[in-house]
Amino acid sequence: MEQPNISYIHILSGGDTVFEKKLIDIIKKEFPDEKEVYFNNMAEKKYKLAADNVHKLKHKISILGLEKGYETAVAFENSLLEGSNDLKDEFESILSTITNYLQPL
Amino acid sequence: MNCIIIDDEGTARAIIGQLCSNIESLTILAEFPNAIQAIKYLNQNEVDLIFLDIHMPDFTGFDFIETLKNPPNIILTTSDSNFATQGFEYDCIVDFLLKPFTSERFQKAIQRADTKSIKVVSGTSSEKIEATPGNDLYVNIDRRLIKIDIPSIYLIEAKGDYIHIKTEDKNYTVHSTLKKIEEKLPDGIFLKVHRSFIINFNKIIDIEDNSVLIKRDVIPVSRSNRPELMKRLNLL
Repeated sequence: MEQPNISYIHILSGGDTVFEKKLIDIIKKEFPDEKEVYFNNMAEKKYKLAADNVHKLKHKISILGLEKGYETAVAFENSLLEGSNDLKDEFESILSTITNYLQPL
Repeated sequence: MNCIIIDDEGTARAIIGQLCSNIESLTILAEFPNAIQAIKYLNQNEVDLIFLDIHMPDFTGFDFIETLKNPPNIILTTSDSNFATQGFEYDCIVDFLLKPFTSERFQKAIQRADTKSIKVVSGTSSEKIEATPGNDLYVNIDRRLIKIDIPSIYLIEAKGDYIHIKTEDKNYTVHSTLKKIEEKLPDGIFLKVHRSFIINFNKIIDIEDNSVLIKRDVIPVSRSNRPELMKRLNLL
């Protein structure tokens, strides 16, 4: 399974470590909140709202270099908009991988 | 160029801010997590460029653009390429950045915004108005001849070397004069009510003292133009 990385953040920063830390801190702050809102909406079967949450989360998935994860998120967002929760497990597995990756950063 | 960033995601705002800091000609004046706050800011301040996220809760980027009377250049930022086609329906949109974007792609978007700003400031000689037989008027904006359905025009306002043409669907800014466009408009429908305004006579909602209401715009009527306006009214 592909693993998150901060290659994109490194390239973007051009060696500016202050910016790297700032961006990682923002991701660490926003990601749990966005994840929580997503799980709440899924629990209440509010799939359109959950699709909005996936839309926002997929940006972070791509920032963390998860290319296949991003494709899964795009497909999952579309299926939620059609009222289906196919790919739910795959998507939530990506969230779990990111959660584990962010903890020690 | 003075810029603002509108994006509900802090991560995205930070990335755009960082990329802007690498470009000397850009100054970030403010950042907003939603469009409503940005609208309030723009009521008091002028900016040259807006980085605008499309997908925001409650009030989307496109909803935001619709509220702007004279939108500045806008670079759309989104994670969804499906919005690109819709984005280019607006003249103010100079580019479309798909997240996550690279520094090189970002710089290219800024170059596009720069080029467009220079054209507007200098007013290229190619920006002119051509009338065609029938109900159409072609305006040249950024080397594109854009067709405007004449009856859909409800207001034309002169502002310096430019005129703002307001239609039912869209607004246009063209480097021209009120006199030039007046010559291209059919008689009987349009009326110059002030040295800076031509109105579509059929779109008047009401007239009060020295002003007319057209859509949501209150337009002044000058003393010298008032007799002609009153003469055309079908008064009871």
